Amino acid sequence: MELFLHQILAGLATGGIYACMALAVVMIYQAIDHLNFAQGEMAMFSTFISWQLIQWGTPFWLAFGLTIIISFAAGLVIERVVLKPIHDAPVLSHVVAFIALLAILNSGAGFIWDYTIKNFPSPFGSGPFLGLSLLSKHDAGMIFVTLLMLVLLYLFFRHTRIGLAMRAAAANPESARLAGIRVGWMNGLGWGMAAAVGSVAGMLIAPVVFLEPNMMLSILLYGFAGAVVGGLTSPGGAVFGGFSVGIIENLAGTYIPVVGREMKLSIALCIIVAVLCVKPSGLFGRPVVTRV
Amino acid sequence: MTKVLEARELCAFYGPTQVLFGLSLDIDEGGITTLLGANGAGKTTTLRSLSGMCRTVGTIRYGEKSINGRATEDIVRLGIAHVPQGRGTFSRQTVEENLQIGAMTRSGRAAIASDIERVYGYFPRLKERRTQQAGTLSGGEQQMLAVGRAMMLRPRLMLLDEPSFGLAPLIVEELFGILRTLNQSEKVSMLLVEQNAALALDLADHAYLIETGRVVMEGPAKQLRDDENIRRSYLGY
Amino acid sequence: MHGPVTEKHLAPPEAQIGGIALSHWRLMVLVVGLAVAAAVPFVLKNFFIFQITLAIIYAIAILGLNLLTGFNGQFSLGHSAFYAIGAYTAAIMMDGFDISYVWTLPAAALVCFVFGFLFGLPALRLEGIYLALATFALAIAIPQFLKSTLVEHWTGGVQGITIIKPDAPFGLPLNSDQWLYLFTGVVAILMYWCATNLIKSRTGRALIAIRDHPVAASAMGINVALYKSLTFGVSALYTGVAGALGAIAISFVAPDSFTFQLAIALFVGLVVGGVASIPGTIVGGFFVLFVPNIAESFSKGLAGAVYGIILLLVIYLMPTGAAGLGRWVTGRLMKQDR
Repeated sequence: MELFLHQILAGLATGGIYACMALAVVMIYQAIDHLNFAQGEMAMFSTFISWQLIQWGTPFWLAFGLTIIISFAAGLVIERVVLKPIHDAPVLSHVVAFIALLAILNSGAGFIWDYTIKNFPSPFGSGPFLGLSLLSKHDAGMIFVTLLMLVLLYLFFRHTRIGLAMRAAAANPESARLAGIRVGWMNGLGWGMAAAVGSVAGMLIAPVVFLEPNMMLSILLYGFAGAVVGGLTSPGGAVFGGFSVGIIENLAGTYIPVVGREMKLSIALCIIVAVLCVKPSGLFGRPVVTRV
Repeated sequence: MTKVLEARELCAFYGPTQVLFGLSLDIDEGGITTLLGANGAGKTTTLRSLSGMCRTVGTIRYGEKSINGRATEDIVRLGIAHVPQGRGTFSRQTVEENLQIGAMTRSGRAAIASDIERVYGYFPRLKERRTQQAGTLSGGEQQMLAVGRAMMLRPRLMLLDEPSFGLAPLIVEELFGILRTLNQSEKVSMLLVEQNAALALDLADHAYLIETGRVVMEGPAKQLRDDENIRRSYLGY
Repeated sequence: MHGPVTEKHLAPPEAQIGGIALSHWRLMVLVVGLAVAAAVPFVLKNFFIFQITLAIIYAIAILGLNLLTGFNGQFSLGHSAFYAIGAYTAAIMMDGFDISYVWTLPAAALVCFVFGFLFGLPALRLEGIYLALATFALAIAIPQFLKSTLVEHWTGGVQGITIIKPDAPFGLPLNSDQWLYLFTGVVAILMYWCATNLIKSRTGRALIAIRDHPVAASAMGINVALYKSLTFGVSALYTGVAGALGAIAISFVAPDSFTFQLAIALFVGLVVGGVASIPGTIVGGFFVLFVPNIAESFSKGLAGAVYGIILLLVIYLMPTGAAGLGRWVTGRLMKQDR
């Protein structure tokens, strides 16, 4: 029983990472109606920028804030400059564009900062949280920041006009234009915000998984798993999904003998498929009903 | 009669295909003008040209301004509301959110809130369903919602693309009655595209008939309605 | 004018460029293409023959993906899984059971068809991005599974399996590379011919109808579920056969050769070649094989970035792929004629 509880706690700790990423994924999905495969790399690149600022002597929280702003601007620019030309292209071409972005960012980061693993400082300090051996101060801090971001984003999308405008622009761009909404800029804003949220996720995750160009791929997948489990239309669900994925992964690793370290990722993905087969819109997602 | 909108020699293109060939029309301020024609005549394209949604050559004057070539969002902000073919509902958002989206370019929370109540006044059924996902509404309700959304702009001119499409006759009668009221009490000028000529001529003051992208006839609606020859040869009834 | 108006006068003129019918142009291009392809093994060096063989193999794999995603609208980011299964089927048969490479192709076809069909069944519930994720999950899971201790005995675990490259049969005066090129070429011609006929047939039209408007398709009496699952199976079959050919050509299989990066590469090849274009898959195959190498030759450290930039340029200039470009060029040539 003790082992079980320990594993739950450990799962919550890793789940915090996935929840954070899942939130970023759902956020971008709400804003642009696309899954952005390059999001992990964007977060990774932002984290490297933050690391560089810290290396140059910038105090942590200032670097944190600057990185968020830089990431927002970068996301906006990417949408308005890189993605605008293919706006009318078929969806599959958009996916290839994301793949291209992914390749550029990954290779660029490796080129600028090389592939050796770097330490990224945690603002929460190390050591156990409240004496709990499996939950560190950083884990607790990460969970707190994730939940805080969730609340802020929820308030933004549900209760501000611009949040509604963004949702409208993503859901039905033509009708949104007919309501006077500048759809292009809403998309840009969406990307900017997603980049900003992603950068926070990256900076929270890096102290745990260590900073290197390939750090985000599996995290992104777990993030997708969490987002899908929770439902792509529900930020709260995504966070819940992220935590769930962390816990399930840990439990599976402990209790199912076959599952070694290599198979842990497959577990995450089996979860996606299983949930999707049973409830395609996720546990908390709102199924979209369309009249024929 | 002042003109709220004048279009001259409009040629419209979808990619390389030309759909309108030098179409000209006027919309009187405060009146209802209708654009009639068969399928594929170019009625929807005309509305889309006025809203800046397809490539157009020619002049479009709205009040004092020339609006050809401007972006849709800008044209809308000048006071032209377009109720598109197929309603353009934001399916995933609620009825109330749909109306709020319609008011996105306006400021003043109190004014917007009172306008939403006014829309519910015209369409009580929408009020009943205000928290329902708009995609689950019936065709007629979605059409009302689309008109309501357009009203939230407080437009000077409303473009309506086949509002009767796919709706039961009783609902259409109700809707057209509301359009007449909107025109008379809210002073909204209207350009109504319809396939159902009888209904449209009943509502409108002035009518245009187009065929393969050109105006072939125009005149007071009453005249077209009462002339048996025109009705039989062009309007099919 | 006397006499009845005959059908001939009423039929629309056949599309032509420079006075020659479009269908005749297509035939000429095909014949020239095949002639050039047949000359390759006797003109180029071994390594290039090997590379072109691989390009053709990728083209077949992409053709499989195209049948599913391009023609049937089921978004797959996981075709590396079927490629891997086909490859391992061939390797295990050749290394573990000493069976000739020729038989590995139908075996891989069958195994992959079954596997694809079985995956296609639950996939029926998934649409668009969700299906993409599920297939991506498959792509990630398969290499991990292949490495795992569960099946190490068969798959050779992380080390993989080495197989012996077959020689030309009947004592023909061809070396391994030349023979494998011709073997692959014949298989490719057969498979492309089958795919073309499939798409032109009623079944093909049903697939496309399902892609464009599933509700209308089912209202017309098409058994959407059955067709979609079968398409998954056939698609997996094509990519699996490609995988088997790949294993034979490279003489080696290992889990890390079949990661999600291969799945992404196949997808990129699909879009670059042109979605729902059978000839486009050939362009896709060559793109997938050669462009990463070209990118690396520009800059070793920034190879990925260069590749990404090339991809973006390709998407900007040819948003509908090489096939789209081909259609545009054909259109312009036909216009100039008038």
